[in-house]
Amino acid sequence: MNIIVCIKQVPDTTEVRIDPETNTLIRSGVRCIINPFDMYAIEEGLRLKDKFEARVTVITMGPPQAEEALREAISLGADEAILVSDRLFAGSDTWATSYTLSKAIQKIKDYSLVICGKQAIDGDTAQVGPGISAHLDIPQITYVKKIEEMCFNSTENGERSESRATHSRDSYIKAERMTEEGYEIIESPLPCLITVVKEINEPRLPSLKGKMKAKSAGIKKWEAKDLDVDPDLIGLNGSPTKVVKIFTPPPRKGGQILQGDPEEVSEKLVDLLKGEIP
Amino acid sequence: MSIKIINEKCTGCTLCVGVCPFAAIKVVDKKAVIDLDKCTLCGACIEECKFDAIVLTKISPSEIDFSKKIEGHKDVWVFCEQKNAVIQSISYELLGKGRELADLLGVDLCGILLGEGMKDEAKKVIHRGANKVYYVDSPKLKHYQDEPYSKVLVRLIKEYRPEVVLCGATSIGRSLISRVAIGIHAGLTADCTGLDIDREKRLLLQTRPAFGGNIMATIVCPNHWPQMATVRHKVMKEAEVNNHHKGKVIERGFDEEVYSSRTKLLDIVEEIEETVNLTEADIVVSGGRGLQKAENFKLVEDLAKVIGGAVGASRASVDAGWKSYSHQVGQTGKTVCPKIYIACGISGQIQHLVGMQSSDIIVAINKDPHAPIFNVATYGIVGDLFEILPELTEQFKVALKK
Repeated sequence: MNIIVCIKQVPDTTEVRIDPETNTLIRSGVRCIINPFDMYAIEEGLRLKDKFEARVTVITMGPPQAEEALREAISLGADEAILVSDRLFAGSDTWATSYTLSKAIQKIKDYSLVICGKQAIDGDTAQVGPGISAHLDIPQITYVKKIEEMCFNSTENGERSESRATHSRDSYIKAERMTEEGYEIIESPLPCLITVVKEINEPRLPSLKGKMKAKSAGIKKWEAKDLDVDPDLIGLNGSPTKVVKIFTPPPRKGGQILQGDPEEVSEKLVDLLKGEIP
Repeated sequence: MSIKIINEKCTGCTLCVGVCPFAAIKVVDKKAVIDLDKCTLCGACIEECKFDAIVLTKISPSEIDFSKKIEGHKDVWVFCEQKNAVIQSISYELLGKGRELADLLGVDLCGILLGEGMKDEAKKVIHRGANKVYYVDSPKLKHYQDEPYSKVLVRLIKEYRPEVVLCGATSIGRSLISRVAIGIHAGLTADCTGLDIDREKRLLLQTRPAFGGNIMATIVCPNHWPQMATVRHKVMKEAEVNNHHKGKVIERGFDEEVYSSRTKLLDIVEEIEETVNLTEADIVVSGGRGLQKAENFKLVEDLAKVIGGAVGASRASVDAGWKSYSHQVGQTGKTVCPKIYIACGISGQIQHLVGMQSSDIIVAINKDPHAPIFNVATYGIVGDLFEILPELTEQFKVALKK
């Protein structure tokens, strides 16, 4: 079984501090990390690898430096890594990004499960995962907090059609999808795409052996010409959304500190808030 | 968009080098040089530059070339989310904003409702200001499922050609609309906090936070229709009820194939929460590391109960196992924007702040006067929460006569 995990490299906001003078973020020297939600995606892929002897391929679209993120994924245990990178992809919005990634996944051909983090912490859109499954025309389960069951039967004669993934009647995944009120239990045939939330697992740390492997591992690099992409649908051209303005929101000012003993401060706060409470 | 350095203005001061989150700027021969392979055009350097030496060429709405015709696209649509055959409050918030946008464009506001046996409920959409409701009834649409819902919505959009489609940025909305946008090659902006109309160009101006709320971006979709956006919960005001407002409920049906789903919804489990849904709550009381142990969360829960709030938790307290993940507020948890947010024993790391800083009133209770949470708090109390919380709960009980 082949599992594909899609990841993104993002600036590490845990290193970001607030400037007390201006109330804005201090971003100097911030390093790049794997998007935290994608760490859960990688971990889930690796757990399935252990269970099903699956092969985990990690894929990212981004600038050349995103290779670091792929090496980190290999150090954790991923088998293969693919960097989808080309100046022609620059300026991609979520439509063009999910299109490009879906074309890369189609090039991999044989896969049963695609795993993405629920969203990236820099853009926060949560659109690329569902976008990829729509482009691939495979079912999706978003916000997965637990895989309850998964069954994988490889096709008997090993025949595989050109661009379609491994289909088998008996292969399925049963997962818990987190909602605002609780969760839903959803079953889907494979291949399927899932997006995962933090609750699903606790990511492992890289082993020394993994780190050594990551250093020398070969990373495949795919450019636009390597993929069956329509030039009108990639990068800035393929992106329906355009950014027209970027601005810093007015910083939120610290307010009033209430003084006094617990009884006094409580009295003050109740007075200030009681009109606001229905 | 593109970015460049104006060499005549650049003094080589390196301020921009320090703020670049992607380490894309170097100073070579006393002039800044941007590595375009690394740059994501986030704009952080532009704000930092004291000499206006960095320019980001953006596309302004007036320069946009309208290659595809908008002709035939009209009306503002609101996808009305329902659970258990009840329309969710996010839909009424969208109808409030949708009415404004429809009036600016001079078109009708239409609600889209998918469900089973909800014809009466559909009238509520009319009473909240819609001129029409497109209602699709099927047992297969009783509960939300990605495939039938997205197929129906794509069919409706292709048939009636709306100009704008709005959807809640909820677990349903975000999964649904991302799939729909692909099928019709439409632009989609996630999690908008501001929506407006450029009347001349008939463009939807969509403003959203990025980078954890540090940067706001205004986005347009100039050549693709409909223009689609998801909107955060609690950002827009609910449309008022007007039982005399007139409109039409139009029932549409499709072939069974359209309702088919490869995924099967086997069960819906509602977790019994002590209080109410976190993202929908008007009041949230959250606890953090300062509570010291799981049992002490009771202090937070007691206060929440008295003032009718939901219970939130910081990442630290969730990781410690004091509260389940569904309560977590912040970057890797939920984003909330209630009227009142009370943070108890939460220091206010940036990851927490991005999940709650758009709340109307923020109250912080913390023993450390230097805790960053006080930088965003409307009212701050420096002190021992073990003394303050019980006192506060008692006083609210009296004041609210509960």
